[in-house]
Amino acid sequence: MTVILAFLALVALVAGLWLSQQRLASKPWLETGIAPLAGHGPGRAPGFIFIAVFLAVVGGLFAMLGSAFVMQIEETPWELVPLPGRVWLNTGLLLLASLFLQFVVISARAGTARWLNASLIAASIATLAFLAGQAQVWMELTAGGYRLDGTPAASFFYLITGLHGLHVLGGIIALAAVALRHAGAGDVKALLPGVRLCALYWHGLLAFWLMLFALLQGWGNAFLALCRAAVG
Amino acid sequence: MVDRGSDDQMQLPPREVADVMPPHAHSWIGKYVFSQDAKYIAIQYSGTAVAIGLVALVMSWLMRLQLGFPGTFDFITAEAYYQFVTMHGMIMVIYLLTAIFLGGFGNYLIPLMVGARDMVFPFVNMLSYWVYLLAVLVLVASFFVPGGPTGAGWTLYPPQAVLSGTPGGAQSGIILMLVSLILFIIGFTMGGLNYAVTVLQARTRGMTMMRLPLTVWGIFTATVMALLAFPALFVACVMMLFDRLLGTSFFMPTLVELGEKLSYGGGSPIAFQHLFWFFGHPEVYIVALPAFGIVSDLIAVHARKNIFGYRMMVWAIVIIGALSFIVWAHHMYVSGMHPWFGFFFATTTLIIAIPTAIKVYNWVLTLWKGDIHLTIPMLFALGFIVTFVNGGLTGLFLGNVVVDVPLSDTMFVVAHFHMVMGVAPIMVIFGAIYHWYPKITGRMLNEAMGQIHFWVTFIGAYAVFFPMHYVGLVGVPRRYFEIGEPEFLTAPVDGLNAFISSAALIVGAVQVLFLFNIFWSLRRGREAGGNPWRAASLEWQTPETPPRHGNWDELPDVYRWAYDYSVPGAPEDYLAQNDPWFSDGEDRRL
Repeated sequence: MTVILAFLALVALVAGLWLSQQRLASKPWLETGIAPLAGHGPGRAPGFIFIAVFLAVVGGLFAMLGSAFVMQIEETPWELVPLPGRVWLNTGLLLLASLFLQFVVISARAGTARWLNASLIAASIATLAFLAGQAQVWMELTAGGYRLDGTPAASFFYLITGLHGLHVLGGIIALAAVALRHAGAGDVKALLPGVRLCALYWHGLLAFWLMLFALLQGWGNAFLALCRAAVG
Repeated sequence: MVDRGSDDQMQLPPREVADVMPPHAHSWIGKYVFSQDAKYIAIQYSGTAVAIGLVALVMSWLMRLQLGFPGTFDFITAEAYYQFVTMHGMIMVIYLLTAIFLGGFGNYLIPLMVGARDMVFPFVNMLSYWVYLLAVLVLVASFFVPGGPTGAGWTLYPPQAVLSGTPGGAQSGIILMLVSLILFIIGFTMGGLNYAVTVLQARTRGMTMMRLPLTVWGIFTATVMALLAFPALFVACVMMLFDRLLGTSFFMPTLVELGEKLSYGGGSPIAFQHLFWFFGHPEVYIVALPAFGIVSDLIAVHARKNIFGYRMMVWAIVIIGALSFIVWAHHMYVSGMHPWFGFFFATTTLIIAIPTAIKVYNWVLTLWKGDIHLTIPMLFALGFIVTFVNGGLTGLFLGNVVVDVPLSDTMFVVAHFHMVMGVAPIMVIFGAIYHWYPKITGRMLNEAMGQIHFWVTFIGAYAVFFPMHYVGLVGVPRRYFEIGEPEFLTAPVDGLNAFISSAALIVGAVQVLFLFNIFWSLRRGREAGGNPWRAASLEWQTPETPPRHGNWDELPDVYRWAYDYSVPGAPEDYLAQNDPWFSDGEDRRL
């Protein structure tokens, strides 16, 4: 359960930082009058917090999967699924999508329409290419004898990549809704709130994918073994 | 104890939260069925939870009939008994307690108590309820499929949960159970995100985190915990569903069933236990923390006294929430763990007793020299404290490895968790309903029926679960359809079992009186007015009772915490949170 505990430690750190701004040591029974609200202001839209909390939930989901993966490898020594080189390319595509979306955010914030639409389309294409690439990896592995109902290592690979892909697909639908609304309005700045949330979501999914990719490569177990050796 | 106010304090800072009135529904369906008003959603959640909870109650009767009078009722077969055990546990823990505390009280109270017009994302909130309802319907459907619902026990441990020897294992029962849980978690996540973001971002002017009523602190912390703990159950359910439907072996080792080697192999059943209890133990506090918060408010209001140690209460809630994530394996002492892990988990388990004890002391000290009104909500709050302490003490036994091992899987464990996680939170739910019913309906619940309800429930629950501890101590194992008179029992238990079953039937029956009271009082209850308990928190200060959609004419401004009772020099024995009264002797209320 090391992976989920590490993830929760990170969440606890963020929560602790937020709580430290809430005047937890104050004495509310002695205070009368209108006190300013600490910890949020006009810059933090509810949507931003919604996505941030949702990412914590999704992160918890993948961390649990990661924990189960690492735990089972330690209990039952399997042969890991040899990941095709295509997975590296897919990872690059997701990184590109994330970068393009960040560029859209910067453009929308500056109010410049130049390259904005092109970046939005490029981000969408890169994301769809990522999904198509993952599907191709599935087909390659299945053809190579690594079936879903084969070894638990193969089952984990399909489950982890499948759940991650579903989350990316959900993001694509949300991005399409944001883009369509923008196409109707035509105002560049009006695009900003929606696309900012999409970019945040994409960055989160990219970060999760990088962690999962490392686990599927077996690096997570190697890292844990190193840590244990250091502690031991 | 109140600061001397100054004119500067009356200069209002700008609002940090925009005051936007949510769009009102115009059709009957939009208003009452697909409602986006958190208050209606709360009632929908609570109604559904109570309805499915009644099914679980009837199943507990059937179980007790079998245990108390074995061989008397032919229709209770061994398979049916295991199905009752499983469905009773799962329904009570997930579909009743979690749903009613977070979906019911969370939806009704959070917007009102923080001074918001509604949840931040009302549409998602509405979806949350309908997905929950779908989860309940899928669960109910499992009663009607061939083989019936799963009888794997509420923990659903593999590999037995998906094998043919378990009721519903080789048929659809286990599949529907897992699908229902997955749907529940999706629905809860929609609602939970709303509760958390509403508390974080929709508090009205002046409502700092340290002015929130403890009810909101409890529900908020439990929500955050649930958002982080439910993914463990989600992952476990998806993986087991894959094992059952797609032939994977996440949790399935190499197996021989009825002389045939199955196609499974290489999986780890223990991994499921880790995932399940990583959700399962926080789940105890997901139910308990809202109860802690609510009972704090009930005690303060009905003892006319500010809550003792508010800061400590907040810290304790947060610390309990955090610690509950590192104790899960105390449910797995008999699964064969390294002794050092047993030592670690026993230690963390016992450490949780410290913040929990702080809360109990603070409740008692709040009562100390208070102007205690023995209203029905107060009776239930007192009942909760006693029961929670009793259940908590046996938890100290079971938290220790050497004591837990011989008591594991006995009726002692059943008695313990029913006291701490069944009776205690149910007491709070009842108390809370008696307390907030006047705000929800505008009428008081009938006092005489309430008294009968409380005393029969309280005494009856002890008649059920106190002797059950003894039954466990003499060695009666749990989850046995019929044990006869084995030699390992150190004393006969037949008479006690019959007594427990009789008490359980009476306790169950008196809940019908409670339901009758709920419906009877809707029309015939005494009119309550806006604030019959003279409570200080914001939900009692709405311009209308029941509050309309949008809750407020203008969003209220908050000047103080929620516990200003019996303030010296104040014009009344309570000061509402939105009351701009200062203690310099001058009444400057606008």
